[in-house]
Amino acid sequence: MAAVLESLLREEVSVAAAVRWIARSTQSSEDSPGEAAVLNSLRPLRKEFVPFLLNFLREQSSRVLPQGPPTPAKAPGASAALPGRPGGPPRGGRGPRSQLFPATETPSTAAEAPLTRRGGRRRGLGPARERGGRAPGVPEEGVVGDSLSWAGGRRLRGSGSPSSPSLTLSDPPNLSNLEEFPPVGSVPPGPAGRTKPSRRINPTPVSEERSLSKPKICFTSPPISCVPSSQPSTLDTSPWGLGLPPGCRSLQEEREMLRKERSKQLQQSPTPACPTPELGSSLPSRTGSLTAEPADPSRVSSPQRLELVALVYSSCIAENLVPNLFLELFFVLQLLTARRMVAAKNSDLELSQGALDSLESPLFQSIHDCVFFAVQVLERQFQVLSSLDKGTLKLLAENERLLCFSPALQGRLRAAYEGSVAKVSLAMPPSAQAVSFQPETDNRANFSSDRAFHTFKKQRDVFYEVLREWEDRHEEPGWDFEKGLGSRIRAMMGQLSAACSHSHFVRLFQKQLLQMCQSPGGTGGTVLGEAPDVLSMLGADKLGRLRRLQERLLAPQSSGGPCPPPTFPGCQGFFRDFILSASSFQFNQHLMDSLSLKIRELNGLALPQHEPGDEDGESDVDWQGERRQFAVVLLSLRLLAKFLGFVAFLPYRGPEPPPTRELQDSILALRSQVPPVLDVRALLQQGLRARRAVLTVPWLVEFLSFADHIVPLLDYYRSIFTLLLHVHRSLVLSQDNEGEMCFLNKLLLLAVLGWLFQIPTVPEDLFFLEECQVDAFEVDIAASEHGLDSVPVVDQQLLYTCCPYIGELRKLLASWVSGSSGRSGGFVRKITPTTTTGLGAQPPQTSQGLQAQLAQAFFHNQPPSLRRTVEFVAERIGSNCVKHINPFPTHPFQLPQTPLSLLQGDVGGRSGAPGRVTSSGASGDTGTGRGRSSPVVGDLVFSAVSPWDPGIDPGAGVLPKEEPWGCAGTASRGNPSSCSKQCREHCRGACNRQSLCVAVGQHYSAD
Amino acid sequence: MILTKAQYDEIAQCLVSVPPTRQSLRKLKQRFPSQSQATLLSIFSQEYQKHIKRTHAKHHTSEAIENYYQRYLNGVVKNGAAPVLLELANEVDYAPSLMARIILERFLQEHEETPPSKSVINSMLRDPSQIPDGVLANQVYQCIVNDCCYGPLVDCIKHAIGHEHEVLLRDLLLEKNLSFLDEDQLRAKGYDKTPDFILQVPVVMLCPLAVEGHIIHWIESKASFGDECSHHAYLHDQFWSYWNRFGPGLVIYWYGFIQELDCNRERGILLKACFPTDIVTLCHSTA
Repeated sequence: MAAVLESLLREEVSVAAAVRWIARSTQSSEDSPGEAAVLNSLRPLRKEFVPFLLNFLREQSSRVLPQGPPTPAKAPGASAALPGRPGGPPRGGRGPRSQLFPATETPSTAAEAPLTRRGGRRRGLGPARERGGRAPGVPEEGVVGDSLSWAGGRRLRGSGSPSSPSLTLSDPPNLSNLEEFPPVGSVPPGPAGRTKPSRRINPTPVSEERSLSKPKICFTSPPISCVPSSQPSTLDTSPWGLGLPPGCRSLQEEREMLRKERSKQLQQSPTPACPTPELGSSLPSRTGSLTAEPADPSRVSSPQRLELVALVYSSCIAENLVPNLFLELFFVLQLLTARRMVAAKNSDLELSQGALDSLESPLFQSIHDCVFFAVQVLERQFQVLSSLDKGTLKLLAENERLLCFSPALQGRLRAAYEGSVAKVSLAMPPSAQAVSFQPETDNRANFSSDRAFHTFKKQRDVFYEVLREWEDRHEEPGWDFEKGLGSRIRAMMGQLSAACSHSHFVRLFQKQLLQMCQSPGGTGGTVLGEAPDVLSMLGADKLGRLRRLQERLLAPQSSGGPCPPPTFPGCQGFFRDFILSASSFQFNQHLMDSLSLKIRELNGLALPQHEPGDEDGESDVDWQGERRQFAVVLLSLRLLAKFLGFVAFLPYRGPEPPPTRELQDSILALRSQVPPVLDVRALLQQGLRARRAVLTVPWLVEFLSFADHIVPLLDYYRSIFTLLLHVHRSLVLSQDNEGEMCFLNKLLLLAVLGWLFQIPTVPEDLFFLEECQVDAFEVDIAASEHGLDSVPVVDQQLLYTCCPYIGELRKLLASWVSGSSGRSGGFVRKITPTTTTGLGAQPPQTSQGLQAQLAQAFFHNQPPSLRRTVEFVAERIGSNCVKHINPFPTHPFQLPQTPLSLLQGDVGGRSGAPGRVTSSGASGDTGTGRGRSSPVVGDLVFSAVSPWDPGIDPGAGVLPKEEPWGCAGTASRGNPSSCSKQCREHCRGACNRQSLCVAVGQHYSAD
Repeated sequence: MILTKAQYDEIAQCLVSVPPTRQSLRKLKQRFPSQSQATLLSIFSQEYQKHIKRTHAKHHTSEAIENYYQRYLNGVVKNGAAPVLLELANEVDYAPSLMARIILERFLQEHEETPPSKSVINSMLRDPSQIPDGVLANQVYQCIVNDCCYGPLVDCIKHAIGHEHEVLLRDLLLEKNLSFLDEDQLRAKGYDKTPDFILQVPVVMLCPLAVEGHIIHWIESKASFGDECSHHAYLHDQFWSYWNRFGPGLVIYWYGFIQELDCNRERGILLKACFPTDIVTLCHSTA
């Protein structure tokens, strides 16, 4: 592998050719014969290149980021970093390679041989070995983390604390280095990192641990198991090893050679490019003072080389050859914000010209190099950067290093920042109401016996009692769900089983789940418990800000690095614990049935409901309605799929993959005959065919994230993963063809897929598998022109809601600004104090706000069909009004004016809020979400019906929690006559009412 | 009529020291002139009921029953027209109608030899003329008429008051032009829990101090004072069940309640002592 990189550096092969070579197996005609020859000779190594590159970069940077935030990498055999539990710089993490093949290579093939052999072998060994190989020494801890997070879920695998024990273990190798390399030993990087009170310390798994896992790694390869594994790893952890390509590391002779060369370089060096590795220079870092070293563009050691590597790296990122785009960005930002380099050995400081071309000299010799490289990569990833949130852009644009190294990029970032819309917290109105009682489904006639009816009556009350108690107490320290509520829940489940009314209860459970957890954080405490007297004094405007403040204070400081394991935040925790405590087989089965059905239903919704340009003379309302509707459906689907995955894989979940091949085979034989709980493969294939990947993939990822270790090995699921890989590869961000997927849609998919590939139970070699199997699932994508994928349904808000871990980038940058990464754990909570004085005079809640609340409350207690009817009537009236008033809508922008001026006096006057009936800008916020068709009049009607306040976001609130939207559209589309008949019925006798909405509602209820 | 906990405790404390008679109620009224008679009566009644509940077991031991029965027999032998039973009840500090029930049960056991059913006893208490023994019938009648907290007469009065307030509330709702379903309609539709009224279109109740209004889906009328004991029982049996099905709602304690109990506003159970005046309905703009 290194050979490829070297030939690149030597400019034997162009970067473009190399990337083409990596990305596609066949060689392109664009390649020059010379290139082709070079590359052909390296052909067997093709798929090893990307993991090699990623590992190489991480190894190279480990001196810069010894104690900093984690840089997880999950390339096969790469760093020891578990996803979400990133092992920091993979200093000792290249274990498998060095362990399995130490000192056996001949120098000439040192670079490639181990990799090829390893690659071949690893696949043969199966997951058990991969597991061991991936995380040398970590398994023990992973086990603990696993079992805990599954059982109680309170402990994230990615949190810093669990890994701290191994911290102490990381010392010995460094100490042994001391003996081995006296000059270095005086400044061991490990201890320096350790003494800093950093919350983010993610210690590297080390030789001790590795020796524990050694039997696991080596049980099928006797010759290798004899090799003392501690030695290579000791070498690895030395600053020496860091700069070396993997193949060379284990070779003592090469080491010696390098040492000599470096000391030679040092003597020639006029100005040390990095701090003189005196004892003194590292002392400050020991004491925790984290003054960042200034970076200077003029002191970059070898710009050409760095630029080349950056180019290759960026190309790999751009081609989606890396598993996780945001992980790489995180890594690059780490490089950008590296504070100081761990003092290198004297001999590191200088390079001979010859060494510059090779990989033998360290890539990053100083902070300057790191920053240069990072900026080079960032420049090429500008498109992605520009779609990050405003806060991140601001931090990036204000980063003085970035300004210093690339003023042009800084300018572009600043422009992007200024053009970016402010990030709004998804302020969906709190909706922890109870599921309403609907006589049609809940009265006696729906139960087989009086007893079942009365049991369910009691169950409902017990369920909410339990829920309220949880709301009140789950944040109390020492309160335990199982202890506090377990017996009550089980007693209730027992009664349910006796009364056979599981299906009723499951429906209640699922509806409540959707109601409470649909909002992104699902922070339940705010919803029921609080007594917001102060909050209410502040008025609606400040309320949003305070809510965000609260989010910040309540939310865990870090979501667990850029790749956190799946969790159940907020209210979701209640439902998770409920399922676990109930531990009722019947309940779980009913729940899975119900979830599957609902997922199918939502996944099949007709979105978008309005074909572009199918309605008369509509103006573009910026897709607001579609976006909101899509967000609700997508978030619901993700939630349901998450719980389906949780319940479906619950019985199989274990902390560890099966220890032996035989056992694994027998488990595979067992599991492969079990039909999947939901035919997700078919749904995925349908989704791809209908170009609705943007809807299907994110929920599928949630579902799969709860898979156990065996699942990815089952043929059925393996094919899904292969398909997902194929999707991932195809989402090249830079290609923006007509009719292709929109940029943010792609970015969302890349983010969720990248996250999935880092889930511990997903074998890490999966990603780097040859794409040979992909053809088996040739997806016929040409089917529909107007798939959902080509509609800009994803916005930044949704992206961050679905992938909160992208926010880690901002935290990383913020920690750079604060200079307190060591102390406060990575980022500052920047909170500006506010005051309540003088706010008492605020006018009471606007009447619009109240009206929106009321309308929402009204619909909440009505059957969903009523809302659909009202929406339908409003839409039709609006549409007919337009036609009536302006039968020739020639120019879409003319439309808002004409009917407005005609109608304003009449309808507006009656509604008492003429001012509300204004521009099309507001129409995006009308409750219908159907602003796109006849936006203005739709707005008009709704303004007349009830003056919506756009600030209150009625659309989000009014959306039916359990049957978002689409049914209405499909129903009305599918069978217009029945719908209009329905409407006529509802409208009968409604003439006296000012408001259509109420009229329909009251008439309905009076029936 | 909304009392603070301290005010309420003062009244309750005062009640402990006086015998549960009409005279003491009058005294109570003099002592707390600012409180309405209905509120005081309601509190009085509740406190008395608590007192009876505490001492209930004491009067139901077989020895006590035997003792009371013998004393009754001795008393009526002397003078059948004298209020023997009533005086006995007052003497042992027990509710007269409950005393009447004890004696009636004992009497029937003796004379019918089969243990009498509850419904028989209830109907005899409601209509003492059904009691086979004329003297006992008279005695029971005196007890029931003179009991101000228990017995069929009091129950009837309470029921009538409760109904009256429901009618009152219904009139208010009609007057405000609010559309609602009453208990009977709800039952007919098969609702498993039925508040007095469900508003078909919710309203927002504005509170003078808070900026945010409270949405109300249902209204429950309680023609009594809301003390801790009864409120908690109601919460558990009724109010939370309503919340679980219909969302936030309003409870009207016509005779007032302890202010501190109104702590579930944010959760969706509001307490009021009268029909709220500041109501916002859908589409009736307040501006």
